[in-house]
Amino acid sequence: MSTPALSIQGLKKNFGPAEIIRGVDLDIAPGERHAIIGPNGAGKSTLFNLISGGYQPTAGSVRLNGQEIGGVKPYAINRMGLSRSFQVSNIFANMTVRENVRCGVLYSMGYGYSFWRNVGNLKEVQAKTAEILDSVGLLDKSHLPAALLPYADQRTLEIAITIAGGADVILLDEPTAGMSHSETERAVALIKKATEGKTLIIVEHDMGVVFGMADRISVLVYGEIIATGKPEEIRGDPKVREAYLGDEADEHAEGGAA
Amino acid sequence: MNNSIAQTNANLAPTGGQKFRQRVLPIIVLAIIVAVIPLFGPSRTVYALLSVMGINIVFALSYNMLLGRGGLLSFGHAVYFGLGGYAAMHAMRAIEHADGGFWASYPVFGLPIIGFAGGALAGAIIGWPSCRRAGTPFAMISLGVAELIAAAGFMFNSIFGGEEGISGDRMNGPELFGLSMGPVSDVYWFIAFWLVVGVAGMYAFTRTPLGKMSEATRDNPERVEFVGYDPQRVRYLVFIFAGAFAGLAGGMAGVYFEIFTPEAVSLVPSGFVLLMAYIGGITYFAGPIIGAIVLTYMQSMLSDFTEAWLLYLGVLFMLIVMYAPRGLSGILFGLTGAIGNGSFGEVAGKWAMQLLGAILVFLGLMTLIEVSVRWSNGFGETFEPFGMHLNFGNPLTWVLITVPLALGIYFLRRANRETEEVLA
Repeated sequence: MSTPALSIQGLKKNFGPAEIIRGVDLDIAPGERHAIIGPNGAGKSTLFNLISGGYQPTAGSVRLNGQEIGGVKPYAINRMGLSRSFQVSNIFANMTVRENVRCGVLYSMGYGYSFWRNVGNLKEVQAKTAEILDSVGLLDKSHLPAALLPYADQRTLEIAITIAGGADVILLDEPTAGMSHSETERAVALIKKATEGKTLIIVEHDMGVVFGMADRISVLVYGEIIATGKPEEIRGDPKVREAYLGDEADEHAEGGAA
Repeated sequence: MNNSIAQTNANLAPTGGQKFRQRVLPIIVLAIIVAVIPLFGPSRTVYALLSVMGINIVFALSYNMLLGRGGLLSFGHAVYFGLGGYAAMHAMRAIEHADGGFWASYPVFGLPIIGFAGGALAGAIIGWPSCRRAGTPFAMISLGVAELIAAAGFMFNSIFGGEEGISGDRMNGPELFGLSMGPVSDVYWFIAFWLVVGVAGMYAFTRTPLGKMSEATRDNPERVEFVGYDPQRVRYLVFIFAGAFAGLAGGMAGVYFEIFTPEAVSLVPSGFVLLMAYIGGITYFAGPIIGAIVLTYMQSMLSDFTEAWLLYLGVLFMLIVMYAPRGLSGILFGLTGAIGNGSFGEVAGKWAMQLLGAILVFLGLMTLIEVSVRWSNGFGETFEPFGMHLNFGNPLTWVLITVPLALGIYFLRRANRETEEVLA
């Protein structure tokens, strides 16, 4: 077996006496679409923050393509090829849509902190920005200030910034939260297209999205993964039903059969 | 495929003509304006006023690199202006006393480069601890540093020259462009040159990847981290550049005044540059330019009319903060924008009401200020506009204070309410 894209071993995180993540082990293969589900307060967002560098792990290790990233700064992790989106839209509100995406592109194209170049003259940056805007369908809105976008488009922009740097491991934190049914469908199609060939880790509450997209699912309850497996295994797992899914899973099993 | 992307790319980026009109043309216009002014044969006073304006424009723009573009509120920006200026003054003395060597061949005209380097060095040293945090901690640290340097200014006499400061003579060393640097008209060309260089340089900075990431860090430092940038490092680099351009302004001031005293690094000019940038409008690149022009004019001209001009400055600042947070340039660009897209008719009424309100508030406050100042001076003077004898014993005084004030506030509030209704 090749090196996992992301490998988490014995990961723990305490905030004072509160143990939020209580020993998580998880291997995610390159190219896998992995969903993390769990009830509110299970520690999903904390887990994301631990992986992406937002928090320092109390114990355990996180490896990205074999390299340790536990406790490494977020920008360093990002440069190593891991990018994440946020649960609440986290965009550059005073900039236009195009400038937002360009911010996501700049570092990966090697223009770090340079102050001797004119961004307007960086042809490959412009081309890459246009390509990403085109692929997420925001091209016609590229000159709008990001703050004026409708909610669903802001979520799309959030994803666009996340994939702009060309990272090969993408973490999406509830990308369809607060969207209507049709918006969710479009968002799912977009995520599938945009993360083609990349490793995707997604936290999501919408079970339709999770079961429709994921290759494997992990169920996180009280800071521990109680089950990991293919969607049909998770659906049939009595522990998961008991702990979390309840009626919702039944409904889905029936709906899926019909 | 590649071709279609090149196509969309061409559509996204502004055309060459747009770029020229929006980015290059304003700088050329500025250069032409400063080049044309001497043709009108300005008096010494006007030359002096324009020179100070030029210095203040560069200083205010450098401050806005922090506040407007970087979201960093600094209470100590004069530190970099002052240290850059002191560096230039010491260099000027070195030129004066040079006996061959580097300084003997260094023209006074180039002293702002020394100021730039001095400001950058000060920014690099002081910015290291202070840029670790943004927001309130940054503001507090900047205040502490300003106090520290201001106190040091009166202690280290070999550097700051004590209360007398460091003075020099700009008419030494090799001449550049045939300017002896003696008469104010020569110095005007020197200021004009560095003004255009400074403005163009700071505008160009906003167009660089670092300049763009500075705006991104202001908006959302958390997200910046997740697109591969270290927000601390972005802030630090921006801070160095802001210090450097402030030092450039300091170098210009050093040559112009031929003296620098420790007051230059104190909190007073630090506060004044904040006012210039904010009153001009920090959201526009041109805002601090307008603010510097208006405040420099007020400083030198209004002080001839009234000894209480600082109170008027305070009132202006408060009105701007409350009713026009985008500053004078926001009002100006809003006006020209509305005329440009033909919506002027719709908003003219609201603006007329705001203007009327602002004038009335101003009249009421002016009466209060002028009567109070004379009363407080205790020389028995009275404020006598249009032959009226206004003192605190006169009921007419109180009418002239309260009625315009109340009416003005009423109009301002009504105009604001209409805006909200339009938005809703």
